[in-house]
Amino acid sequence: MTRRIRQKFFLFSAAALALCFVWGYRDLPPFGQVTSIYADKVNAITVPQRHITDAVTAVNFDIRGFDTLGEEFILFTSVMGVVLLMRRTKDEPAGDHEDKVQGRNVPPVSDAVRVTTLLLIAPTILFGWYIVAHGQVTPGGGFQGGVILSSAALLLYLCGTYPKFRGAAAPRLIEIAEAVGAAGYIIVGGACVALGGMFLENLLPLGKTGTLTSGGTVPFINLAVGLEVSAGFVLILLVYLEELMEEKES
Amino acid sequence: MIALQAFILLFVAAAGTAVVFTRDPTSQAIVVSFYGLLLGIMFFVFQAPDVALSQIVVGAIALPLMIMLALARVRKQSRKHQR
Repeated sequence: MTRRIRQKFFLFSAAALALCFVWGYRDLPPFGQVTSIYADKVNAITVPQRHITDAVTAVNFDIRGFDTLGEEFILFTSVMGVVLLMRRTKDEPAGDHEDKVQGRNVPPVSDAVRVTTLLLIAPTILFGWYIVAHGQVTPGGGFQGGVILSSAALLLYLCGTYPKFRGAAAPRLIEIAEAVGAAGYIIVGGACVALGGMFLENLLPLGKTGTLTSGGTVPFINLAVGLEVSAGFVLILLVYLEELMEEKES
Repeated sequence: MIALQAFILLFVAAAGTAVVFTRDPTSQAIVVSFYGLLLGIMFFVFQAPDVALSQIVVGAIALPLMIMLALARVRKQSRKHQR
């Protein structure tokens, strides 16, 4: 493709995009005055019918809980894909997990970084579980809290060495945690069927609005998702770091 | 409130442009992390705290981390081929 053709192609596409933009923007409601019918309906039912004060969580994990199950498995499948692609094959010997890349001088981790990250780990884990557990009360939930939890594992790597991180992270345990988290969502849905309802129908006692136990099945689903997401991210971190540390001097 | 919204929109536009004009992938990962944080603040200012939280954890933590890890992996691979 010559430069001229490329330019023509760009101009044509840009003009088409601009046209679509103008067309799309013409029917948008005025700035700052949006109240859709759907939003009003959701706001009206989440507290009386579900005892959930965070409408987004009510929609994600209850009203359209089945969609979110699919979303969770998108992440699960992606993690599986990464692990599968990065797995060690038979002709690749196991490394000793030392960074041996030639021509790269990794400066030793300074004491300031070590102390700061070490101090941050516990609050990060606490905050992560807080976000997971309060999904039905305040903004947040399993997905957001899960990533925060996995960032605690990253801090662990930053304040120590890779072998120590690997020892503390226990890959086997992480794999089990991910599987349990992914299965947990389905188990909660299946339990609803066992109780005589539909899949993911919120049949558990709804509890007092604004408390940790409110929302029926929603906190359980959030716990499962939190476990799945955090374990998934830690697993990705583990397999990538494993690959990078295994540089062999051939 | 409107002033704050206009302010953050301008910031997001500037940061988005900065991401495009950063050509080195490693620095781009850092800039995109900053851009993700700004997007998170923007969602918060526009009263979508749930989306803001997701944006911050994914855009400012997970995405740059994945880019960095993938870059390191690719560089390792190309070093192997050079030898």
